[in-house]
Amino acid sequence: MDKRAYLEAQAKEIRKETLRCIGSLGVGHVGGSLSIADVLAVLYFDKMHIDPKQPNLPERDRFVLSKGHGGPAVYATLAIKGYFDRSLLSTLNQSNTDLPSHTDKNKTIGVDMTTGSLGQGFSAAVGMATALQIDKAENKVYAIIGDGESQEGQIWEAAMFAGSRGLDTLIAFTDFNKFQIDGAVSDINDIAPLDKKWEAFRWHVQVIDGHDVMAISDAIDVAKNTKGMPSMIILNTVKGKGAFFAEGQAGSHNMPVSMEMANEAIERLGK
Amino acid sequence: MKLHDRQLRDIYVDLLIEAAKKHPNLVIVEADLMKAAKTTGFAEVFPERTVNVGVAEANMIGVAAGLSNMGKLPFTHTFTPFATRRVYDQVMLSVAYAQLNVKMVGSDPGIMATLNGGTHMSLEDVGIMRNIPTMTIFEPVDGVQLAGMFDQIIEHYGPVYIRLLRQEFPSIFEEGTQFTLGKASKIKDGNDVSIFATGIMVHEALQAREILAKEGISASVVNIHTVKPIDKEAILEEAKKTRAIVTAENHNIINGLGSAVAEVLVEHDPVVMERVGTKDHFGEVGKKEFLMEKFGLLASDIVIAARRAVERKR
Repeated sequence: MDKRAYLEAQAKEIRKETLRCIGSLGVGHVGGSLSIADVLAVLYFDKMHIDPKQPNLPERDRFVLSKGHGGPAVYATLAIKGYFDRSLLSTLNQSNTDLPSHTDKNKTIGVDMTTGSLGQGFSAAVGMATALQIDKAENKVYAIIGDGESQEGQIWEAAMFAGSRGLDTLIAFTDFNKFQIDGAVSDINDIAPLDKKWEAFRWHVQVIDGHDVMAISDAIDVAKNTKGMPSMIILNTVKGKGAFFAEGQAGSHNMPVSMEMANEAIERLGK
Repeated sequence: MKLHDRQLRDIYVDLLIEAAKKHPNLVIVEADLMKAAKTTGFAEVFPERTVNVGVAEANMIGVAAGLSNMGKLPFTHTFTPFATRRVYDQVMLSVAYAQLNVKMVGSDPGIMATLNGGTHMSLEDVGIMRNIPTMTIFEPVDGVQLAGMFDQIIEHYGPVYIRLLRQEFPSIFEEGTQFTLGKASKIKDGNDVSIFATGIMVHEALQAREILAKEGISASVVNIHTVKPIDKEAILEEAKKTRAIVTAENHNIINGLGSAVAEVLVEHDPVVMERVGTKDHFGEVGKKEFLMEKFGLLASDIVIAARRAVERKR
């Protein structure tokens, strides 16, 4: 299998497990989970220096999902990668679960930072990357922020500082899926021009198709080779990508998903 | 290290430098108030371990949380209102909820913001931090106590809020006095009333004790340097003995030391109690003497409260 086919297969598997995970509960953040399946596939099955058998290895790369509500996609990815058994995915948000709605480093093996209050995870990722810079370490911090999340002031506090420090230990992504809870990002508080904003904050910026695994893989290579500045890769994505009932829907942020709906979507994704 | 007749900020910076020599993971994270805290002295010795994020306190806490997440030991600093109310969600989630290890210094507590005025005057910061599970709150009285506690603060894994006076204050404690985080320090014993005081109010409490003695009232003075976790045993021991309690704090009487002591008493031994502190007012600009009088924080205010407590128990 060539690399594209391999990574696309992983992304498809992440989508399927995410749908099963949310379907088993009956409701969840399906839109913003499915939109990041491709970047997660590239990070966990191609780019990140990690070992599920040694989840606390100090020299590993780190991953922070600052838009913590995308937790189900991360849990699906971690389970497929082998951090824990896939059967755990059906415990999402159940009593005493290790898989809470928003990612929590103290609950879930393989999660590197606790997030949920938007803007904060990104700030912490900048702190983590600062630690690597102080230690002159080779590993990287990867972080995903949301487009709605980009309305938070703390994002730009952290962005300014990372740009000012030339933090090349940090590679960040914006999941630009165009919708937030109350509607289109462009209608509510438009973040455009997003690329120009990050450039103005002294970041290396790439804008790519966030569902093209090879484009993501190539962009990460470019980011890794960019010295002296942090990298922002803006992923043009579709909210709810891959689920017929959620794709491109404003209301897919957090919606009811029955097991029947999930199964039909899984079927339609194909083998 | 000289611990008397010095500004507390100078002692703090010396302690940081000493600790940084022993702990290679110690870093400082600042938000454009290094000159105010004189942590510029730390930056001269450890420039690569100094992180100044500029005027961005939320990011300061977030970056500190990230540094801790990678095994660093960050000490943050800004003025008390910005160290607490401005960054409440960041301290709550990125630090405490995430179980990270950040030491947060807030300087110029309560009325000690003096000429910076009401906007910079935190009379609620202890209350804010007391609400956060796992938080430890420490307010040193003098350099001896700050130095005596510093290693314990470093050895304790978890968030600590240090309510730090910057200026020089007359020392209360002899050099070499032993302190324990979470255990009150009794300064003077007495039989009629017990005064629990923190920070600058310890000086006032000791003066009040002298005045009360002339009236034939014998007062204990106990310094509660750690408001959280509070020393329940020390409070109940005094309550059992004197049956009359007065608290004195440079903070609103709501949610600070007075509330913390009241909670212990009400649940275990509800004796007579009076609270000295600001009475649910905003701060305002002025010199320390003016503010102490205006907000009822003088020794004479403690005397009145102590008399009332003694009267009420009869």
